[in-house]
Amino acid sequence: MTLLPLDLVGLILTGWGGLGLLGLVLPARLGRSLLFPLITGLSVLMAGAGLWALQGGAQTLVLPIGLPGMPFHLRLDVLSAFFLTLLGLAGSGISAYATGYFRRMAETQAGDFQRLTLLYAFFLASMGMVLVADDAYFFMVAWEGMALSSYFLVTTDHEIPAIREAGFLYLLMAHLGAIALLLCFGLLQSGAGGDYAFATLRHHSLSSFWSSVTFFLALIGFGAKAGLLPLHSWLPEAHPAAPSPVSALMSGIMLKMALYGLLRVLFDLLGQPLWWWGALLVGLGSLTALYGVLFAAVQSDIKRLLAWSSVENMGLILSGLGLTLLFHGAGQETVAALALAAVLYHALNHAFFKGLLFLGAGSVLHATAERNMAKLGGLIRVMPWAAGLSLVGILSLAGLPPFNGFVSEWLLLQAYLLRPDLPQPWLNMVLPLGAAVLALVGALAGFAMVKFYGIIFLGQARGLVPGEVHDIGFWERFGMGWMALGCVLLGLFPSSVILQLDTVTHALVGQGLGASAARHGWLWVTPVAASRASYSPLILFAVILVSVGLTFLGVRRFFHGRWRRAPAWDCGYPFQTARMQDSADGFGQPIKQIFESFFGLSREIPSPFDPHPHYHSEVRDPLWALCYLPLVRGVARLVKVVGGLQQGRISTYLLFSFTTLLALLALVTGTRP
Amino acid sequence: MSHWNPAPFAQQLLDLFASLLLLIAFAMLSQRRILTLIHLFAWQGLILTLSIVDSAWLTHQPHLYYSAGLTLLTKVLILPLLLHRLIRRLDVVWDVETLINIPTTMLVGIGLVIFSFNLALPISHFSSTILRNTLGIALASVLLSFMMMITRRKAVPQVIGFLALENGLFLAATSATYGMPMVVELGVALDVLVGMFIFGIFFFQIRETFDSLDIRHMEKLKEE
Repeated sequence: MTLLPLDLVGLILTGWGGLGLLGLVLPARLGRSLLFPLITGLSVLMAGAGLWALQGGAQTLVLPIGLPGMPFHLRLDVLSAFFLTLLGLAGSGISAYATGYFRRMAETQAGDFQRLTLLYAFFLASMGMVLVADDAYFFMVAWEGMALSSYFLVTTDHEIPAIREAGFLYLLMAHLGAIALLLCFGLLQSGAGGDYAFATLRHHSLSSFWSSVTFFLALIGFGAKAGLLPLHSWLPEAHPAAPSPVSALMSGIMLKMALYGLLRVLFDLLGQPLWWWGALLVGLGSLTALYGVLFAAVQSDIKRLLAWSSVENMGLILSGLGLTLLFHGAGQETVAALALAAVLYHALNHAFFKGLLFLGAGSVLHATAERNMAKLGGLIRVMPWAAGLSLVGILSLAGLPPFNGFVSEWLLLQAYLLRPDLPQPWLNMVLPLGAAVLALVGALAGFAMVKFYGIIFLGQARGLVPGEVHDIGFWERFGMGWMALGCVLLGLFPSSVILQLDTVTHALVGQGLGASAARHGWLWVTPVAASRASYSPLILFAVILVSVGLTFLGVRRFFHGRWRRAPAWDCGYPFQTARMQDSADGFGQPIKQIFESFFGLSREIPSPFDPHPHYHSEVRDPLWALCYLPLVRGVARLVKVVGGLQQGRISTYLLFSFTTLLALLALVTGTRP
Repeated sequence: MSHWNPAPFAQQLLDLFASLLLLIAFAMLSQRRILTLIHLFAWQGLILTLSIVDSAWLTHQPHLYYSAGLTLLTKVLILPLLLHRLIRRLDVVWDVETLINIPTTMLVGIGLVIFSFNLALPISHFSSTILRNTLGIALASVLLSFMMMITRRKAVPQVIGFLALENGLFLAATSATYGMPMVVELGVALDVLVGMFIFGIFFFQIRETFDSLDIRHMEKLKEE
C-alpha cells in the first residue's frame, strides 16, 4: 500500500489528538519540552502534506466511525490542501513559540497547563478535520469541536470576570453561527434524500430562491466566525482574552476556516451564484474592513488593536471573495481567478503577519504584564529580538513592499481596477469605490501600525522599570523568526506562490493566473498583461537596499562631523520626560476627531484650571447598541412574560394543562371532517 | 364482530354502571370531607369493576376478567385502605375547603359533560364496539376528576382526584377498544401503587416542612 497525502493528513490529525491526550497524562514540565516541539514537527509535516496534495487530484476516504448508516467521509482536494498548508505553516511557527511561551505556566500551574496542552492539540486537529470533512455531519462535528476547544482556550484565565464574559459572548456567537450552518446544510440536502455527504450535495441543485436562502445562512454561519459586520462583536473581545499563541491561532488560522467554509459552500456545493450575492459580499466586506481599521486605529490595548485589525483583514478577504463571485457569476473567469488568487494569497499572508504580531504582542505581554499601550514604550532597547521581528509583521500588515501584505493587496486592487464589463452597469460604476475603500483601509492600517510600533517599542519607557523586562527566549525567537521568514519569502517570491495557487483557482473558477503571472519569469508578477501592471519585489527590494545604502554612505561621507549637539535657546524645552511623548490616545486623536460621529465616543476633558487633570476617553462599538442591545432587551422582555406564568400555585399549573387539553380536544372536534 | 349475542339486559346494565360512575364523579366534585371522598373513590372502583365484568361477559373477552380482578384488587381494596391509613396517620380527617364554591364547580362540571359528549359523539358513530355509549361518560369523568384536582386546596384530595382520573381513563380504554393489552394494564396498576407510596412519602415531607398539607405554602418555593 502506498502512502497517499490523505493518509498522511489523517495520521497527522490522529497524532495531534494523541499528543493532546498524552499531554493530560505527562507531567507539565516534560509535556512542555516534549509535546509542543512534537506538535510543531507534525505541523511542519502537515504543511508538507498540504503542498504535496496541492499538486494532485482529489482523494476520498470513508472512515468506519460516526453514526450508524452515516460514516465519516474524508476528502482531500486542492482547496483543502491549500488551507491545510496554511494550517501547517502558520501552526508550526505558533506552536514553536508556544513551547517557550508557556514555560512559566507549566512550572507554576501544572494542572492548567496539562488541560491547555490537550485543548491546544485538539484545536489544531479539529481545524484539520474541518478541512478534510466531506459530509455535513462530520463537518459540523469538527466545526463544533473547533469552537468548543477554542472557547476553553479563550477562557484559560477564567478567574478574571471579563474573560469569562468574553468567552460567553464567543460561545454564543459560535452557536448562532452553527445553527445557521446546520440549517444551511439542511437546505442543501433538501430533496436530495441522501446521507448529507458533500458528494451528494454537489450534484443537487436548488431553485434560485432556496439557494439564496442557503447563501444567507452560509453567510451568517461563516460570517459569524469570520467577524463579518455586524456579527463581529465577539472578535475584539475573545481574541485579546486568550493566551497569545492561542490568539495567534484563532486570528491567523481559525478565521480562515470561515473563508474555507464559504469557498466550499459557494463554489463547490451551491452551484451557479446569483450576481447580487457577490455585490452584497463586496459591500459587507468593504464595510467590515473600514469599520475594523477605524476601530483598530483608536485602540490603546495592544491585543485589542490587533483583533480589530483582524476584522479589517477578514473584511478585505471577504470583499475579494465577493468580487470573485461577481466575476464568476458573470462568466469573467480570468478576473475571477485574479480576485480569488488575491483572496487566497491574502489569507495566507494574514495568517503569517497577524500570527507574528500576536506572538510579538504576547512577548510584550509576557515580559511586562501590561496590555495598555499608555504604560509601554521604548521596548526596542530591552527586547531587540521581539522588536525586530515584530517590525517585519508591522511592515507586512501596513502593506509595504517588499513584504507579503503588499503583494496580495496589490493583486486585490488590480482585480478591482481591471473591472471588466459586468452585466449590471451601475456595478461597473460602484466597484471603483471598493478600490478607494481598499486604499483608505490600507492607509489607515499603516496609521494603526505606526501607532502600534511607535508607542510600544520606540520612544521612552512610560513607567516600566527596564531592568525587569527580559527579551524572548530561543523557542519564541524560533517561532517568531519562522513567521517573519514566511512574511519575507511570501513577499519576495510572489510568482512561485501564484503558481501554487493556480490549481486551486482552476478547480474553483476554471481559470488560473499561472500562465500569465509567471510568463515573464519568476522575477516578475504580471497578473494580466505586462503593459497593464507588473511588479518585481526582488528588484524593488534591491533598489530599496541600494538606495538606502547609498544614502547612508553619502550622509556618512559628505555630512558626517558637520553637526554638533548643543543647547541653544532650548525653546522652553530644556529636558524631556516620558510623559512628554505622544501617547497612544494622542496619536489616535486625529482619527477620533475626523470619525467622531462614527464612534460611540465618550470623553472627559479636564478643565485647564484643574490641578489634578484627568483625561478619560472611551470608544464604544455603536453596532453593539444598535444591533445587540435591542435583541437582549427583547429577549429579557419575553422571558419576563413567560416568567409571569410561573406563580407557584399547583392549581394554576393544573389549570394550564386542563385548558390546553380542552383546547386540543376542541380543535380535534373542529377539524374533523 | 358478528358472533356476539346481543343481550339487552346486560347492555342496559352497562349504561347504568356508566351513569353511576358519572354520578359518583359529580359527588366527588362536590364532597368536602376527605373520608367520604375515599369511600366514594372505593365505590367508583367497585362500579368500574362491575362494568368491566359486565362488558367482559357481553363481549366474551376473557382478558377483561383479569382486568376486572386487577381493578378490584387495587382500586377497591388496596388504594382506599392505604389512603385510610394515610389520613389517619396524618390526622387529616377534617373538612377541606375548595378554591371555587361548590355550585359554580357543579355548573362548570355540567358544561364539561356536555363538551365531552359532544366530543365523543362522532367517535361513537365510527366505533363498532358495543360500549360506545360509555365513551362520552368516560371522557366526562376524566375531565371532572381533573377539575377536582384543580379546585382542591389540600394535597390528599388532589391525589384522590388523580386516582379518579385514572379510573376514568380505564373506563375510556375499555369502552373504546375492549381494554388495553395486559402488559399495559399491569404496568398502570403498578404505577398507580408506586405513585401512591411516593405521594404518601411526600405528604409526610410536606407536613414536616410546612406543618400543614395546604399547598398554598408551596407557592413560596418559586423563584423570585
